[in-house]
Amino acid sequence: MMYALNFVLWALAAMAIGLLFMGISRKLTARLQRRYGPPFWQSFIDVIKAFSRKSISHNFIMDLCALMGLAGLLAAAMYVPMGGILPFPSDSPLILILYFMPIGYLGMAVSVSASGNPLASIGIGRALTLMLGYEIPFAIVVMSFISNYGTTNILSIMQAQAGGIENWHIIKMPFGFLASLLALEAMTGKKPFDVMIAPAEIASGPMVELSGKFLGLAFLQYSVAVFVETGLLTALFLGGGATVWEFVLKQFIVYMVLTLFSEIYARYRVEQAVRFLWIYAGGLAVIQLALNMYMK
Amino acid sequence: MGDFITVSRQEIVDNKWERVLNFFRQRSLWMLYYCTGCGAVELPPTMTSRFDMERFGIGPMATPRQADILLITGYVSAKTLKRIVRSYEQMPDPKYVVGFGSCPVNGGIYWDSYATINYLDKYIPVDLSLTGCMPRPQAVLDGLLTLIQMIDKGEAVGHKKYQLNYEWYKKNQREVLERTAPVLDTGGLK
Repeated sequence: MMYALNFVLWALAAMAIGLLFMGISRKLTARLQRRYGPPFWQSFIDVIKAFSRKSISHNFIMDLCALMGLAGLLAAAMYVPMGGILPFPSDSPLILILYFMPIGYLGMAVSVSASGNPLASIGIGRALTLMLGYEIPFAIVVMSFISNYGTTNILSIMQAQAGGIENWHIIKMPFGFLASLLALEAMTGKKPFDVMIAPAEIASGPMVELSGKFLGLAFLQYSVAVFVETGLLTALFLGGGATVWEFVLKQFIVYMVLTLFSEIYARYRVEQAVRFLWIYAGGLAVIQLALNMYMK
Repeated sequence: MGDFITVSRQEIVDNKWERVLNFFRQRSLWMLYYCTGCGAVELPPTMTSRFDMERFGIGPMATPRQADILLITGYVSAKTLKRIVRSYEQMPDPKYVVGFGSCPVNGGIYWDSYATINYLDKYIPVDLSLTGCMPRPQAVLDGLLTLIQMIDKGEAVGHKKYQLNYEWYKKNQREVLERTAPVLDTGGLK
């Protein structure tokens, strides 16, 4: 019973943190463009408004898989240790998170494909192609962790970084960090890799047919994805955090760095994006793996 | 107007839950631009650094499904009316229509043209009109702030008017759309 309450609280916290980050990043973008920008709680208002509107459903699959998309990412969020705390006792296995996250993306893919809009199908095709691009470098980075520690439990990886900034993997494994930062930029759909959204090109791609509550669910899903992805980078490379606040602050810094990168680059085409990720992110990841195996 | 049914403001405002939701709706308005007429050039300054529409939570959206506001700029020709009605009907409730410029109000300088319609309000319910040829970005922002106040007070009820008077609007639309049917014989081709 206690665990059920923990799950709900954890899910709400993940959504709230993600939405807060999104709002602040919009404010940061505005300030970079010398605008005043929306208030930092704008994303919360957007989500509540989206849920207050009527929505048009095309079929049962669309409803079911929209929920499945959110559920998959929430399941992944349950294993992200916020400062050593987890909603229920587990070792927070990295492999499990990497399996749950695609369930979220695939749920959204099936949901918007069921709407039958050709632009949505194009967007999903691009998103899944891009997924091929960033999953492989990230998987190689995970392999370099396995070769170092023989485990994929995030808690033990966090413990290995305890005791100061010189033990963090950002210092010990800089190439792996850069590779995962590039992969994360693509995972969060930020600017050089925002080819699946591309509002001017394919009318916001996967979201083209989402109205009202579906759009609200998509926003929530993105917010949870932001929480999980920045949480992974924080736990793996930035030493996790002794407290929840420290962990969230590090996540926040990671997301703001991604936003800053997003503001200075133009959009890649999908094949350029995949090639860039495989050559540069993949190359850095392979260098890190080789170094780890050699130094061991 | 004949048997045109108007919505009383009271029945909207008295609903407490609607009032709470209107608080959020007025602070997050997503806009779909229907810019086949003139005047689209006034919108980039409104959006970007000089006038910064986003500080009121108003932003551009790509499709009718996601949008709250349908902004119709400039003259409406008889052929684009069909697309406007389609876009409007694809939008989920609550939705608001803003006519931009003089032409959607009364035809403007195209009032005697054979190809344009004069009163947009006869075909879809317009919540707010921005007059001027063209309205400058200040006027656009002022109009949008007025729309925000109207939503707050529960006065922007165009979508309910459309539901209640669906037949009346459809009759007006049909009268125009019949004129746009192809004149030439297509030789059996469809």
